[in-house]
Amino acid sequence: MSPIGDKPLLEVRGLRMHFPVTEGSFSHRKVGAVKAVDGIDFTVRRGETLGLVGESGCGKTTTGRCILRLERPTAGEICYDGVDIAKLQRRELLALRRRIQVIFQDPYSSLNPRMKVGEIIAEPIKVHRIERNTARRRARVRELLSVCGLDAKFADRYPHEMSGGQRQRVGIARALALEPEFIVCDEAVSALDVSIQAQVVNLLEDLRERFGLTYLFIAHDLSVVRHLCHRVAVMYLGRIVELAECNELFDQPLHPYTQALLSAVPVPDPTVEETRAFRPVKGEVPSPLNPPSGCVFHPRCPLAVERCKGTRPELRELYPGHWVACSEVQQ
Amino acid sequence: MHRYIIQRLLLVVPTLFGAAALVFVLMRLIPGDICVVRLGSGGGTFDERAVAACHAELGLNRPLILQFFDFIWGFCHFDFGTSMWSGKPVSYEIAARFPISLEVALLATIVAVLVAIPFGTLSALKQNSVLDLVVRVIAIAGLATPGFWLGILIILAILNISQIAFGAPWMPPIDYVPLWKDPVRNLSMAIWPAIAVGYRTSAVTMRMTRSAMLEVMREDYIRTARAKGLIERIVVNRHALKNALLPVVTLIGIESAFLIGGLVVTEQVFNLNGIGRLLVQAVQNQDYTLTQALVMLTVAVFVFTNTAVDMLYAWLDPRIRYA
Repeated sequence: MSPIGDKPLLEVRGLRMHFPVTEGSFSHRKVGAVKAVDGIDFTVRRGETLGLVGESGCGKTTTGRCILRLERPTAGEICYDGVDIAKLQRRELLALRRRIQVIFQDPYSSLNPRMKVGEIIAEPIKVHRIERNTARRRARVRELLSVCGLDAKFADRYPHEMSGGQRQRVGIARALALEPEFIVCDEAVSALDVSIQAQVVNLLEDLRERFGLTYLFIAHDLSVVRHLCHRVAVMYLGRIVELAECNELFDQPLHPYTQALLSAVPVPDPTVEETRAFRPVKGEVPSPLNPPSGCVFHPRCPLAVERCKGTRPELRELYPGHWVACSEVQQ
Repeated sequence: MHRYIIQRLLLVVPTLFGAAALVFVLMRLIPGDICVVRLGSGGGTFDERAVAACHAELGLNRPLILQFFDFIWGFCHFDFGTSMWSGKPVSYEIAARFPISLEVALLATIVAVLVAIPFGTLSALKQNSVLDLVVRVIAIAGLATPGFWLGILIILAILNISQIAFGAPWMPPIDYVPLWKDPVRNLSMAIWPAIAVGYRTSAVTMRMTRSAMLEVMREDYIRTARAKGLIERIVVNRHALKNALLPVVTLIGIESAFLIGGLVVTEQVFNLNGIGRLLVQAVQNQDYTLTQALVMLTVAVFVFTNTAVDMLYAWLDPRIRYA
């Protein structure tokens, strides 16, 4: 594993992404906001893989999209290598795209069906004027394909002629084409078969070591996260509820939501599975349109007391490097 | 692919045969008699003998089945017979009218595409904006406006505006000059009907472009293209539009085929001596041979345009491979 630097490469502070909800076909009166991401802070160090987990709709993907600046955040700072990218204009963003790339979830829909694989990978190299020579660009495409474990002949194929795993490798090769430092993996293996998942996860690890990449790994599959990530942040309803070193979080989860999330992972041993304590979270995820007051988890929390309804708990460092946003959990 | 093309072309044969049988039967079901029309149009009186002689001359006294075989056999070696009304070869009658009809149809299609694709795209990119609203209203109006009525308005507008501007009314020329002989004169005649009927085509195409673009712009590969750092113009032109144009191409194909044979009333309004008008005259005169030939021509244009669109599809979309 490549050494992880101390200096943060990415610092997110107070990031908010609210989507307005409008009514009326002419007036577009704003009647509310979906608080997809509601004030989150975290850092990613150079060479590190930070996992971002949580159930569907908790704001993981929106966080990733804000960092990629596919969305313009409502508030907050996203400092990338010392520059706040949250407020960059279009033109300045193009330079950023070279440094931050993304691997999307669905390898079926995220590749343009009308372009050959070679064209898909070569396009960013061409538009960013990294390699103007066509022959050399082709050679680079072949190289990227082989780095991702694909035969060079795939360059002349169309995406629909390939399997899901092969397509995802194309997606990875495309992301690598600009030689980025930072890659947001947005559910990068979720759409793949388990056997293919393992191959792609291993490929991602190899690439990180080989090119010194830094990942933000957005996922809901906790076993993949445990295998791949150095640190993990758990999100619930637009907020981070816990952030810790990977093994620490899995071995000693502090936040009641994290505990519930981990206990929902089945153990591949029938006898253990039968006897272990399983605590399902009661109730449903509240609407991000109208989140609960105070701690957003309080209506479903086994530890909740009266004051949880009133004040929103901030992340605090309970153990070195282990942050939790819960006022009831003690050392 | 080659096999597919051959299959498609072979399928044209039964289609044309079916159309031939249909038009043959339908024409003969219409009450009336070309010989009565012919003999009566001079204003003189005529007797049964003259009608019988006329029937014999035109071959209408022969059994229907033989007439039908004559018609089909003539078609097979491109002999369409002579017009029962004018006595001139059908091919001559059609050749005299086809250029203007074809030109109006092509011009209308060009006008429609030039307007529809940019505005349809803009409308989709700026969904629910004022521009979008205006484009949508204009498109709906286009669907609701008959071409011939718009044609009348255009003629009125030309007359009034030229009256005000030059002090004397100006009318587009009414006699057809080929494009290569006098382009200005030719275009100043053909462009008005092209606009009148092209408006509708452009409205249909605009709506299709808009909805297809709206759909494509939400695709994941558009997000991928943005994440690559492409400027928006490339995202739209290369990634979105290329994918969105597939259904639009089909529509343009069908619409332009219609424009060649279907401008019956518009040609009347603009006093164009085209295929549509010829067809009306042929039906009125009960001119079997000419009507049959014109209908077959229209059917053939439709069938071949559709086949061409299918071929174009395979070329435009690599996922479509005709095995």
